[in-house]
Amino acid sequence: MENPLLSAINQTIISASRAVEAVPGSAIAINYIKNSYQNDPFRVVLELGLAIFAVKYMLSKKYRIDHTHIQLTEKEIDELVAEWNPEPLVQPMSEIQRMELDRTQVIVGHQGPKPKLLSSGKNLLNLASANYLGYNTNEEIKVQTRPDLEQSMTCHEGDTGLSIHGSMIGREKEKAIEILHNYGVGSCGPPGFYGTLDVHINLEKDIARFLGTESSIIYAQGFSTMSSVIAAFSKRGDIIVADDGCNFAVQKGAQISRSNIKWFKHNDMADLERVLQAMQKEISSNKKRPLTRRFIVTEGLFQNYGDMAPLDKIMELKHKYKYRVILDESNSFGVLGKTGRGLTEIYNIPAKDVDMIVGSMANTLSSAGGFCAGPKEVVDHQRLSGQAFVFSASIPAMLAVCASEAINILETGNGSKLLKELHQNAAAFRNVVVSVPQAIEVSSDAGSPILHLRFPKNALEAAGVTSRDEEKFMLQEIVDEVAAKDGVLITRAKYVDAQEMFLPQPSIRVSMSTTHSRKEVEKAAQAIKTAFTKVLSKRK
Amino acid sequence: MGKGSRSAVASSPVSLKATPLSSQHHAKFQEGLSVKEPKEKLHWKGFSSSSKNRAMFKTSYDDIMEEPPYFYLITTYLSYIILSFFGHVRDFYGFRWNKKAYAHLMPSNGYAALTSDWDSFWTRNLKMRIEDCFSIPTTLVPGRTINMLERVTKDYCRTFQFTGRLKEAVNLSSYNYLGFAQSTGPCADAAEEVVHAYGLSSCGTRLESGSLDLHTKTEELVAEFMGKESALLVSMGYATNSTTIAGLASKGSLIISDELNHNSLVFGSRLSGAYIRVFKHNDTQDLEAVLRDAISQGQPRTHRPWKNILLIVEGLYSMEGSIVKLPEIIELKKKYKFHLYVDEAHSVGAIGPRGRGVCDYYGVDPKEVDILMGTFTKSFGAAGGYICASKEVVDHLRLVNHSSVYGESMSPIVLQQIYTSMWSIMGRDGTGAGQERLSRLAWNARYLGSNLRKMGFIIYGDRDSPVIPLLLFNPAKIPAFSRECRKRDLAVVVVGFPATSIVASRARFCVSASHTKEDLDFVLRVVSEVGDILGLKMSSRQALEMGMEV
Repeated sequence: MENPLLSAINQTIISASRAVEAVPGSAIAINYIKNSYQNDPFRVVLELGLAIFAVKYMLSKKYRIDHTHIQLTEKEIDELVAEWNPEPLVQPMSEIQRMELDRTQVIVGHQGPKPKLLSSGKNLLNLASANYLGYNTNEEIKVQTRPDLEQSMTCHEGDTGLSIHGSMIGREKEKAIEILHNYGVGSCGPPGFYGTLDVHINLEKDIARFLGTESSIIYAQGFSTMSSVIAAFSKRGDIIVADDGCNFAVQKGAQISRSNIKWFKHNDMADLERVLQAMQKEISSNKKRPLTRRFIVTEGLFQNYGDMAPLDKIMELKHKYKYRVILDESNSFGVLGKTGRGLTEIYNIPAKDVDMIVGSMANTLSSAGGFCAGPKEVVDHQRLSGQAFVFSASIPAMLAVCASEAINILETGNGSKLLKELHQNAAAFRNVVVSVPQAIEVSSDAGSPILHLRFPKNALEAAGVTSRDEEKFMLQEIVDEVAAKDGVLITRAKYVDAQEMFLPQPSIRVSMSTTHSRKEVEKAAQAIKTAFTKVLSKRK
Repeated sequence: MGKGSRSAVASSPVSLKATPLSSQHHAKFQEGLSVKEPKEKLHWKGFSSSSKNRAMFKTSYDDIMEEPPYFYLITTYLSYIILSFFGHVRDFYGFRWNKKAYAHLMPSNGYAALTSDWDSFWTRNLKMRIEDCFSIPTTLVPGRTINMLERVTKDYCRTFQFTGRLKEAVNLSSYNYLGFAQSTGPCADAAEEVVHAYGLSSCGTRLESGSLDLHTKTEELVAEFMGKESALLVSMGYATNSTTIAGLASKGSLIISDELNHNSLVFGSRLSGAYIRVFKHNDTQDLEAVLRDAISQGQPRTHRPWKNILLIVEGLYSMEGSIVKLPEIIELKKKYKFHLYVDEAHSVGAIGPRGRGVCDYYGVDPKEVDILMGTFTKSFGAAGGYICASKEVVDHLRLVNHSSVYGESMSPIVLQQIYTSMWSIMGRDGTGAGQERLSRLAWNARYLGSNLRKMGFIIYGDRDSPVIPLLLFNPAKIPAFSRECRKRDLAVVVVGFPATSIVASRARFCVSASHTKEDLDFVLRVVSEVGDILGLKMSSRQALEMGMEV
């Protein structure tokens, strides 16, 4: 009797071998395989072993990297779960934290030169806001002649072929309203899909033209720009050499990039060169390693100190050691230089020589968002790798247009007049406060509209003040006193103390504005000077 | 030009072939949602049912993401192999003979390459070919329809030139769920008033004199809306996550994160310094396994117990359309004592009978969730985000959230847009327009989703989701779908690798309350036509769907 199953298998094998034979050249191949196994029993064993191993590997349990893992029974796990007692999400507030929160001023209505405070109901002279050129209080902006603006508008028309807001000339406010009635408020989408509006394209062109770089990219928040830009370029294994006086955004960008970070002493070029030389040595000692990206990161006008980076020297070192420079101009853009083009203008260095310029539109421009200006490749790369750009909605159309408009004003002549006033106000204020070096230490450079006022270290020692909290309370006393007695609004510089890498000494940060007259500024400076001396003498 | 140019644009040739695009319709809608629709139709079943029913509405059937037929899987992989082969050939020749175009990928003059060629491989060799489907420049309000600036390319998408014409299309691309992206109406009027009363910016950080009474007022309303004690506003949606998490978790804490969580959550978690573990997307069983393992093992190597555990999930996943299984997570929370952070960027306003997001959708008390985060960019037509929590937590965050301490505070215009739109959703304006928007969105979402399923497309996500992903699979269909739809006056978003897994390229529709039934019928016609051309109706569940009720 013939087994039907066997015959079926036989039939299949026969037809399969016939199919193989039908392929031209198959006979040679089969012969070759047959021969190579026939004369080589070792090979048969080895390959069989490999095949068994592969099957076993595929079927084996997932391999665990953590060698300290302890095998527990379900019951034990249940017990451990029941036993576990987590900490609350937040710890109770300390006295100083409570004070920080309670003393945060709330402004009722317009954030102008003399805003009204919710707590006292009084209008105070505003030396706390970053409204340097008074753009937020547009009543103060003298409307320039129309032809100027129209001229600058025509380049937009060529760019996008459109000029929807071409006729919207005049004050920022009018413009903003007109935009509101065409675009609404939100853009409702990230720029990578349909969130790129023509006004965003125009603003990017405005910034690039104003600074003289090839192109620029805008982000939806000033603070998030810097950390995103650093992380887009500097990767694991790359080198970041940064100033230890840099603001928090720089620190977070460096942290998230997971690069090799070296800090140099604040604005100390000898120390920077020392760090660069040390890195050079490290790099040349390891010849096998491929060339890594290297960056020097610093700030144009330091948010925490009010002084400027020596850009000429940095550029020299950059060229010498082949580093790329990322310059944070968040505070200096629109403020420093004759026409507000920032630190590069002061040092007369073309902005396009700096690899990446990062800035904020929330400060001088009284809008919102940030930007990064640089060569086309730098900007294009961020359109896909700048995380805060890719994964966020674009900024509202109105705010983009306000920023464009503010740049236009800076460009068209009136800007330099405003800047001159700003610098004169800053100089007038500075003259008063530096006259008492025993009570006030000013870390800001002359010409900076941001002034940090601190107690000198020796004065604190003499007064027996040792703790940071106590120093903060003293400064708050000054803030409260000048608000109550002299009608001046100032603020302490605030930090997330626990997360700052190099925590600056507590200070009062004063922001100058063109909205105040010279007299007002001088009077305010006198008041602050008196308060400093008074608070210090009280502790002696 | 200047002054005269605006009228020139207004009269510029806007292609308005299809009837649903008439701008009269648009204006009519903006006057106050006066689109005629049989009233009873607006109230879909789930609405009137109890919360328990609503939770049960989600069948396990929805959770399984349908696999395509093998033919599509194999051709998809094959396409990527061919594309990457061509990419490598192009790179090989480019690096040797087209040095100028490859300059930024090569070391030069002692500087390392600006970006690594591997990182940008897909960008250069895939995305570049279909660049016309991304970053599409638009103008005017992204409402029911969107106006795209027409552009042409002469060098295979390297550069684009504007033709000066506008193309209006039905907008399924913007996150305008409730249709508050409007340039006229109560929101815009209120925003205009604020420009006069408050100016354009608040000029400073929240802690350094950049707090306005408008901030406080809006925060109070947001907290009330979300059913929490306090709220904190942040000027950017992305930053709401990326700058907050570091204030909630630190070294010694564990963050457990859904594998498909948004980049901002990943960014924030990484900044916090906490240990991070992920679980499978929306898989509560896997989550429980991770929790049991984490709590019983403690911290790696030292085995000391975790300080605390923060579970981070999203309410509605914007690429998947899946809604978080909140009731199950709340059950786990009771047992495993973790803290819960729910990102409602897409779900707030978009789901729930009262538009309050996932808690509302499931009928869960918002107090059960420690932190409710969301953004205003989507349903509210504004910008920025919020954190809602107990007063204690919010007060703490005010002092440690990076955006409050170092970032600019929210602009008054944006604040007002949030306030007015939220006021309307809450029905405080006395018109019932907000409720009508909510009902319409819910109806629209179900109508479009279920009809697409019936047509035989593979659709991911929950049936109530206003985000509807339609699976394309083959990479060549990504640009084809986008172009064919735009050709037919429909603006859609397409996404492919690396934003999705390599096989799961998709088109994503965002339904809005501003769409009329005619709009959706138009959309269905167009998508069906394009689907036939591209062979996208590959679902095996079609027969099942036919029996389902809308």
